[in-house]
Amino acid sequence: MNFDDTPQEAEFRAKARAWIAANAPREYEDELKKAALGRIQLKSVNILEVAKAWQKKKADAGWAVPHWPKDYGGRGASPIERVIWQQEEGVFGKLGALFIIGHGMCGPTMMAYASEEHKRHYLPPLASGEKIWCQLFSEPAGGSDVAGLRTRAEKDGDDWVINGQKIWTSGAHYSDYGILITRTDPTVPKHKGLTMFFLDMKSPGVEVKPIKQANGQAEFNEVYFADVRIPDAQRLGAVGDGWNVSLTTLMNERMAIGANVATGFPELFEFCNSLMLDDGPAIDDPAVRSKLANWAVRASGLRYTAFRSISALSRGERPGPENSIGKLVAGAMLQDVATYALDLQGAAGVLNGPDDAEVAGKFQAMLLRSPATRVEGGTDEILRNIIAERVLGLPGDIRVDKDVPFNKIPTKGR
Amino acid sequence: MNFDFSDDQKQLRDEARRFLTEKCPPKAVRAVIDGKAPYDRELWKGLADMGFLGVAIPEAFGGSGAGHLELCVIAEEMGRALAPVPFSSTVYLAAEALLLAGSDAQKQKWLPAIAQGNAIGTLALFEGSGNPSPKAIKLTAANGVLNGTKKPVADGAIADFAIVAARTGSTGRDTDIALYLVDLTSEGVEAKALTSIDPSRNQAEISFKNVKAELLGAANEGWSILSQVLDRAAVLIGFEQVGGSDRALEMGRDYALDRIAFGRQIGSFQAVKHMLADMYVSATLARSNCYYGAWALSTNASELPEAAAAARISATQAFQHCSKNNIQVHGGMGFTWEFDCHLYYRRSNAVAVGLGSLSYWEDQLIERMRQKNAA
Repeated sequence: MNFDDTPQEAEFRAKARAWIAANAPREYEDELKKAALGRIQLKSVNILEVAKAWQKKKADAGWAVPHWPKDYGGRGASPIERVIWQQEEGVFGKLGALFIIGHGMCGPTMMAYASEEHKRHYLPPLASGEKIWCQLFSEPAGGSDVAGLRTRAEKDGDDWVINGQKIWTSGAHYSDYGILITRTDPTVPKHKGLTMFFLDMKSPGVEVKPIKQANGQAEFNEVYFADVRIPDAQRLGAVGDGWNVSLTTLMNERMAIGANVATGFPELFEFCNSLMLDDGPAIDDPAVRSKLANWAVRASGLRYTAFRSISALSRGERPGPENSIGKLVAGAMLQDVATYALDLQGAAGVLNGPDDAEVAGKFQAMLLRSPATRVEGGTDEILRNIIAERVLGLPGDIRVDKDVPFNKIPTKGR
Repeated sequence: MNFDFSDDQKQLRDEARRFLTEKCPPKAVRAVIDGKAPYDRELWKGLADMGFLGVAIPEAFGGSGAGHLELCVIAEEMGRALAPVPFSSTVYLAAEALLLAGSDAQKQKWLPAIAQGNAIGTLALFEGSGNPSPKAIKLTAANGVLNGTKKPVADGAIADFAIVAARTGSTGRDTDIALYLVDLTSEGVEAKALTSIDPSRNQAEISFKNVKAELLGAANEGWSILSQVLDRAAVLIGFEQVGGSDRALEMGRDYALDRIAFGRQIGSFQAVKHMLADMYVSATLARSNCYYGAWALSTNASELPEAAAAARISATQAFQHCSKNNIQVHGGMGFTWEFDCHLYYRRSNAVAVGLGSLSYWEDQLIERMRQKNAA
């Protein structure tokens, strides 16, 4: 049991560290360190430009998406080298937020299902950040039940004609391309009538509308499709096989390790360490200590769970099922931590924003953003189902819509 | 990074599991609970024969000298099997105290006997309710003579010797506390068994009347040694709790697969699935925190105090969580004497307070983090 790199890992780390030291945009380091949860903003500069410039610089040196094959813009790094790169990139990795969907989901799906010609054409600029991709999966009628999606694709000559609506699409407003899952056959059960495509987001008939979120920001969009034409050559996988294609996308992400998942604990510890209550420092109060300790062991538990997964990668194995708990634990923690920080602030906890609130409104921003963390990318409840079914081997829920043709399933709500 | 046990250590874990599955079925735990014996003597002898009692004792003192990572994997299996033997008192507390502070003669006298299964040891720290604290120690030591009473003392009525925390002064400082090594067959020692929520393990009151005892370590370092012993034991007991958590989770999972109600397996209901998923989360967090504790323990890292407290809190929470929800998954059957659920429930709640309770370790963890942050 040790935390040491193998000689090969150490060599990779040294190379990555040296390159980052010589090339990272240090002028933004402090701001990135302080960036609160949610959309990262930098003063006076456009984050999109800074992020794209950093990504391009990495690409020119082969560091853009290290674990991708060289031909598609990567350097063929192993899964453990991918983790080492993330560790070394550190705070500058936050600039990669814009590319996470493209690199983590769209790219691997293209790699698995696109033609060789398309891969060589589309993947390198996706890796280098010159082109941004989004993922068009969720719909008003298909969130957790994503296979309940209703966006239609109908064949017309060599094209498919798309009509419908997607929702919660991160970054659709600045994306160049997207992968899109559609319903091509509503007369068969819901998982069987789906087909995946990729498309140019500038295609005629695509309309992107930002969603004003409960916290006042707008990270996500609604995307409307009105007679949008997609060539059949941009189909990913067989007609009717879209569900399996989407699973490939999601399985790929299981190799990613959430080593630096945000829990809010370091921020809360720092806050309690400096906060004075009537009877002395907050951190000396037994009630505060008890709360802090409970979150401390959840945060450290997640950190060392990630270490266990990383160790599996280092041995050339897949991470074990322990890798599935990260977001479930961290999401709920963020919300609880933020709630407690406001409690400690007392009446002043009501104030919001960088100018009026305590510690620049860090915890108010966390409080207002955290409900989304428990929903996006799999709700807490879906994550518990996944653990129960895939890790513990419990039976799936009884599905009343399983063998019913999609167009016979009752619907309501959004 | 290799934040995992080695193949040899995993093999040892498998070996311990096979041994305990055969020698320590629930029936053996129940024999002790039913009062047929104060502990499972045959199992104790078997553990000695397997070399498990001396796994972290150096060869020079009769052990195998394998190390603490090996002890961690055995501890996990001991917890999983609810082994009704004085393993934690003897191996994690008494032997660790001897290893840390014992003179060569003291080590030679007791450690080989422990490894061979011929001596049971324990730590006599508590004096009634409360958590570890120098202020709570009233038992006095004057000129090597002890007077006072300790309770509860885990395995106190079956132990051959005890490490006793005693007061040597009244300056109000930690240096007032010294540790003494006491042969419990000495004149003036009286031990009586007490009733416990977990009768699979002995609890006792031990009174000392003018008992002659020898110092363990320097007289003014008793509390400091004791703190180190508690940290080391916290990691090791953490592994027992992790083993117990896993077993309770498995029992709940198996029952949820087996039991049919409302025409379906109850494990297909989300209310039940989510409860089991949350148990898995607790058990996983505890295991990871304990792995870090194991690393710190085995390397004697400066991170040990913080790592031990985190392991202790996380493992205590996980075992309590898993054992109580295991009963919940079982429904009414989980509350019968016949089903084994209550054995885990009892053990989880007994070990939760036996080494200082959650609130004590919560306070310790944050104090240690605060000090590190200030440094």
